[in-house]
Amino acid sequence: MEPLTWTGSLSVLDPIFLLAWIAFGIAVVAQIVATFFAAEDLVEHEVSASTRKLAEYAVLGVKIIAGLILLLILVYVVGGVLMPTLETKGIVGAVSTRLLPVWIALLVTFAASIVFKRRLGLYGKLFDSMVGMIGFAIVMFWVFTAIFGAMDLIVTHDPLVQVSGMKNKVPGTALPDVEGAFPYYLLGGDNLARDVFSRVVKGAWEVVKVAPFATLFAFMVGITLGLPAAYFGGRLDTILSFVSNLILAFPVILLFYLLVTPEIVQTGIPVYMAAVLFIFPIIFMVILINSRFYVQPVKRSVYLVIVLVLGLWIYSGVAWNSDPLGLIEFPPNLLVVFVSVVFVNSPTVFRIVRGIALDIKTRDYVAAGQTRGEGPWYIMLWEILPNARGPLIVDFCLRIGYTTILLGTLGFFGLGLSPESPDWGSTINDGRKLLSIFPHPALAPAFSLMSLVLGLNLLADGLREESLRD
Amino acid sequence: MGIFVLRRVGVMILTALCLTFVVFFLTNLYPALEKLAKTQGNQRMSDEAVVSYLERNGHLQPLLVKYGQWLGVIPGYVHENPETGAVTARCATRGMDPSEAPRFCGLLQGDWGFSTVFKDDVSSIIAIRLGLTGKLMFWVLVVMVPSALIIGVLAGMREGSRLDRSLSTFSIASTATPEYVSGVILITLLASSAGWKIFKGTATSAADNATLENFLLPVLTISLYGVGYIARMTRASMTEVMTAQFIRTARLKGVSFRNVVLKHALRNALIAPFTVIMLQFPWLLNGVVIVETLFNYKGFGWVLVQAAGNNDISLLLACSVVAVVVVLVTQLISDIGYVFLNPRIQIS
Repeated sequence: MEPLTWTGSLSVLDPIFLLAWIAFGIAVVAQIVATFFAAEDLVEHEVSASTRKLAEYAVLGVKIIAGLILLLILVYVVGGVLMPTLETKGIVGAVSTRLLPVWIALLVTFAASIVFKRRLGLYGKLFDSMVGMIGFAIVMFWVFTAIFGAMDLIVTHDPLVQVSGMKNKVPGTALPDVEGAFPYYLLGGDNLARDVFSRVVKGAWEVVKVAPFATLFAFMVGITLGLPAAYFGGRLDTILSFVSNLILAFPVILLFYLLVTPEIVQTGIPVYMAAVLFIFPIIFMVILINSRFYVQPVKRSVYLVIVLVLGLWIYSGVAWNSDPLGLIEFPPNLLVVFVSVVFVNSPTVFRIVRGIALDIKTRDYVAAGQTRGEGPWYIMLWEILPNARGPLIVDFCLRIGYTTILLGTLGFFGLGLSPESPDWGSTINDGRKLLSIFPHPALAPAFSLMSLVLGLNLLADGLREESLRD
Repeated sequence: MGIFVLRRVGVMILTALCLTFVVFFLTNLYPALEKLAKTQGNQRMSDEAVVSYLERNGHLQPLLVKYGQWLGVIPGYVHENPETGAVTARCATRGMDPSEAPRFCGLLQGDWGFSTVFKDDVSSIIAIRLGLTGKLMFWVLVVMVPSALIIGVLAGMREGSRLDRSLSTFSIASTATPEYVSGVILITLLASSAGWKIFKGTATSAADNATLENFLLPVLTISLYGVGYIARMTRASMTEVMTAQFIRTARLKGVSFRNVVLKHALRNALIAPFTVIMLQFPWLLNGVVIVETLFNYKGFGWVLVQAAGNNDISLLLACSVVAVVVVLVTQLISDIGYVFLNPRIQIS
């Protein structure tokens, strides 16, 4: 069979699309130069009408061309879904058809969020900022892709199966013999003749299932240690700060190499570290509830028992892999990756929380709380922490991105995850050996990782803008 | 000031000791030693053979004693084989008669040990490789710092302008692109048959003879990731300065915008980026490891990966000493520099 073209029947639009991009580049440069000089004139009080007019035209031009490009992308995506056969869809159309569940989920999320945005607090305000919306869209795209990919809705082939004759084939190559399988490798084959598209989709799940939780754990550790360090100060603060600086002074890669090698795993050190790090969420929840319901002993006891039973059950399963009911298990190599990422991230979170708490500690409402006779933990968790949430939420988004980069680094050095694993870092590492001849196996995961981290950064930017507006 | 520096140096030495001890502990765990014995001897070594190898090379002494020997504060071990009477000593590894060996040989005596992977003195390996990485770092700084400062100042001098938005977008995009991603993209675009083949995808030859062709891509790859962060910090500091009272006074006085930026704002805006650039070094070190692996440039990062992958204890320890010293010294310089640059800060 003939290989697929990139855009199928819509290829008539390709020259326009290319021209639009070139025009966009020129217009952006022109706009920057023109507005630069226009503003300069304004300051010098020598407003020359022609430069300002030029600047206005340039700004308008950029807007029109950007709109055109967006429209064309929309045409490619929607048109690709609507085209009847794979040949007319082309690669872009076929990929877009495979991603149909993602598009629907995105549309539903956005429609619902925009309709109810006034009732959704900070999350709703996100939809007032263009940057935030773009970031959120990219992030949710990857989240949905990961989830539906894990449910086997999107992938076209098994990401681990090798099809003979498909080694390093370019995107859109047809499979040699089709028996009920999807007839093309949409994004080509890698050096072991596996489908790149399916691997990228599965790789998204590897990130989505680890990064947010690892970041959350790092935040729990950082908050549980950072708040008392700032609030009590003194020797506790000195010791904790010293330890966190110690970890921060370690080059991350050296730490990874030391923690994730099989010999170290054999000694069980990562498990002990997991045992220490994973106890923090339980401590955090217990203190949180205890300080809140201290004056209502019945309620407090009920909540505490629930949290402790649930928490310790999950803890025994996750950290020690010895769940008494046998329901929860955590793959040992994933645990090592998880632990090392949490370990690297927590000192930074600790420093951020400590810094914010030191600032908030001096506020009047904290003093008022102290005079009311509130306990130190109540003040920390129910007075200081809620008021620190703005910067912490922003940092949380940024940190998920950083964690994604760290996971990619681990994969890039072949540490931790199994060599067959479809995660993006490992795939880039596999592809880099033949990069100058067959770049496509490494490029697809590279762009995926970049877009996800970019989305998280934009989301953080949007959140920061909106939270500063209050 | 003197006491401040002294105290900082004290904390620094304590930190370095703690960190090297952690590395020492992790590299001297028994499974790691067993792997070392098997790679040095042969893969099918019996357990007794492993034990005797480790005994002969002094690996079975208590951890603290070994650490002291490595530091050079405890006399190096001398081991006598009870059966053959052959003597091995820590300080006499290279064909020296054990009886003539010095008593102490450690870091303090300038003896960094012997690399089991490269079969060479660690100090000479580190010196050569650090030189190569120094070359890389120098060009990275030459490219990164000026471009980041220019981007930051241009973006920050008129907050919210078109220029600001374009440059800020660029900064965000660059911080979102780790080295292994930008490296792959740059190689594809500029050094592969799919794109323009104007540069080389490997930098191995740059070790002897660095040219634009083989050295630009690695330098660009490391710089790109750092530029965004420094530029954003510079922008933040610049926007803060531009809203300050003295800038408004200068403007009202009739000083031209160009002069306000160049003569009044710039110097004050560059204090914060100085600290940021200094604190970027640990990150640069990371980038160096990734880029040297990606471009096969045999510098310090490449050695670190080799040492860690083969549990070459002496070399790995030396690498961590260098890395830790780099990180701590840059932190110290950034603190001291900050005090010098900003006279409003009081040291208590």
